[in-house]
Amino acid sequence: MSTATTRVARSANERRRTGSLAWHVGALLVLAVVLYPVVWVVGASFKPSKDIIASLDLLPAKPVWANFSGLADGISGISVASFFTNSLMYAVLAVAGVVLSSSLTAYAFAKIRFAGRNLLFTLMIGTLLLPYHVLLIPQYVLFRNLGYIDTLVPLVVGKFLATEAFFVFLMVQFMRGLPRELDEAAKLDGCGHLRTYWSIVLPLSRPAIITSAIFAFINAWNDFMGPLIYLNTPSKYTVSLGLMMFRDQEGISDYGSMIAMSLVALVPVIAFFMAFQRHLIDGMATSGLKG
Amino acid sequence: MTLVKEAPVRPAKKRPAAPVAGRRGRLRENLAGYLFMSPWIAGFLLLTAGPMIASLYYAFTSYNLFTPPKWVGLDNFTTMFQDPRWQKSVEVTLKYVVVATPLKLLLALGVALLLAQKRRGQALYRAAFYMPSLIGASVSVGFVWRALFSDDAVVDRAQKIFGVDVGGWIGNPDYVLYALVALSVWQFGAPMVIFLAGLKQVPQELYEAAEMDGAGPLRRFWNITLPMISPVLFFNVLLESIHAFQVFGSAYVVSDTRCGPADATLVYTCYLYQKGFKEAQMGFASAMAWTLVVAVALVTAVLFWSQKKWVHYEEAAK
Repeated sequence: MSTATTRVARSANERRRTGSLAWHVGALLVLAVVLYPVVWVVGASFKPSKDIIASLDLLPAKPVWANFSGLADGISGISVASFFTNSLMYAVLAVAGVVLSSSLTAYAFAKIRFAGRNLLFTLMIGTLLLPYHVLLIPQYVLFRNLGYIDTLVPLVVGKFLATEAFFVFLMVQFMRGLPRELDEAAKLDGCGHLRTYWSIVLPLSRPAIITSAIFAFINAWNDFMGPLIYLNTPSKYTVSLGLMMFRDQEGISDYGSMIAMSLVALVPVIAFFMAFQRHLIDGMATSGLKG
Repeated sequence: MTLVKEAPVRPAKKRPAAPVAGRRGRLRENLAGYLFMSPWIAGFLLLTAGPMIASLYYAFTSYNLFTPPKWVGLDNFTTMFQDPRWQKSVEVTLKYVVVATPLKLLLALGVALLLAQKRRGQALYRAAFYMPSLIGASVSVGFVWRALFSDDAVVDRAQKIFGVDVGGWIGNPDYVLYALVALSVWQFGAPMVIFLAGLKQVPQELYEAAEMDGAGPLRRFWNITLPMISPVLFFNVLLESIHAFQVFGSAYVVSDTRCGPADATLVYTCYLYQKGFKEAQMGFASAMAWTLVVAVALVTAVLFWSQKKWVHYEEAAK
């Protein structure tokens, strides 16, 4: 590109500027369509219930707070805060479980040379492609027999047992990229694997750990099928199920508080996303590729 | 650039003599390896392998959770294949997979090509396009979708401008599935990011050489870009179609908890859920689950087989 600019500097420059303008116009147009639903929900949450479907305006003519203040009443005697506390507990446990178990497993795959490693790695990757639904029923029967229905246990125990291959894979890919000299030097210094894992590999894997933690949080926060199957007391419901209660009990007429709660439920995810988007996107890209 | 299938554990390079060599050292390494991955091994046995065997057994039984499973042989499968609602769920799912996956990948590739150009604010655009992928799975967005596609709402009114009136997609059995397709396509961020990573790896010299030879943009795309990113294209096709087979939440939330007017969004997993958890027919649901596993395995196998014909790995290109 640099040779082109020197050769025919003027016209190339001009062409680049119009090209750049067209590019931005194009990108912004696509972006407007893609982000429309997100902006819509923000605007709708400040509209009176009757206007939410009927009014075409993106922003409310006269913003009202009724939808949000209506949330304070909760639903069927259960406060909205309770749904959020339950979801938060689920998400925090999921993050702790995923980070701990996946990093240990990934360390074994990436840094320890043991018999059967290739076979186990293939098995682990294989679970990425396995439809989860084949495990759904026997797992339900298992947890039911153990008496864990209506608790968080069935939802989080898998996270502590590294069952989500995506996270293990992500961390393995990252740990393999760490300079081999570091853990070899540690070994020469007499460090065992536990020490090497804890003081060298784990701190250096921070980007992969953060990515996994954020994804684990968001997945748990958004999870719908798990809570739908395992939780049945409304006071134990997560935000997803609480939202469904709003819809089922208030009927279609009260769109307002439903949309307001939808927006509130999205806030943690969007906040995390804004803070860590670079990590998430790079993590997403490297887990798919890289040899 | 290698794909999941071909990401083997790195072959042993020549390394300095290990400090603890010999039999005991190896034994200790093995022990350490298994200890470190003991969470995964326990999880794999208890929550993956064990349940798989159990569900295979349930698939041949009549089981309602309250009385012990009773062996019925192939009954579940024969009933299933003759069940009109099961047939409907297969039809709905296939339609969804076949329409949603290519549209989503096309949009992902298109935006990735746009973002692959070095422009100001590129990272910001990339992040914004990725956002729907993170929130799209939530019940919140399901409600937003319901509102946007309901009678007399935004999409409906936009259509009326062109003289088309369907009374909202959500209540219309002919259209409601496409509201789900739209929701899936909207979440094109993940494959887009993977396409972008692939596009970054295409050597610029190839384009410069092709330009010298007088190849136009379309030709460059067809002869350079597409072959060079075929491994990531393969990866995306594989993952996205497998995910599409398993869609559940959006069908349950967006249409309604019975999965659509007139079973119009009765995707496979929604019927499985109804059979297993509403009607407590665990045997039948397990038979359905195994049929899904076989279908997904077949699709995976066909894709892996076909990749020889259209996926170019770097080794081959050299």
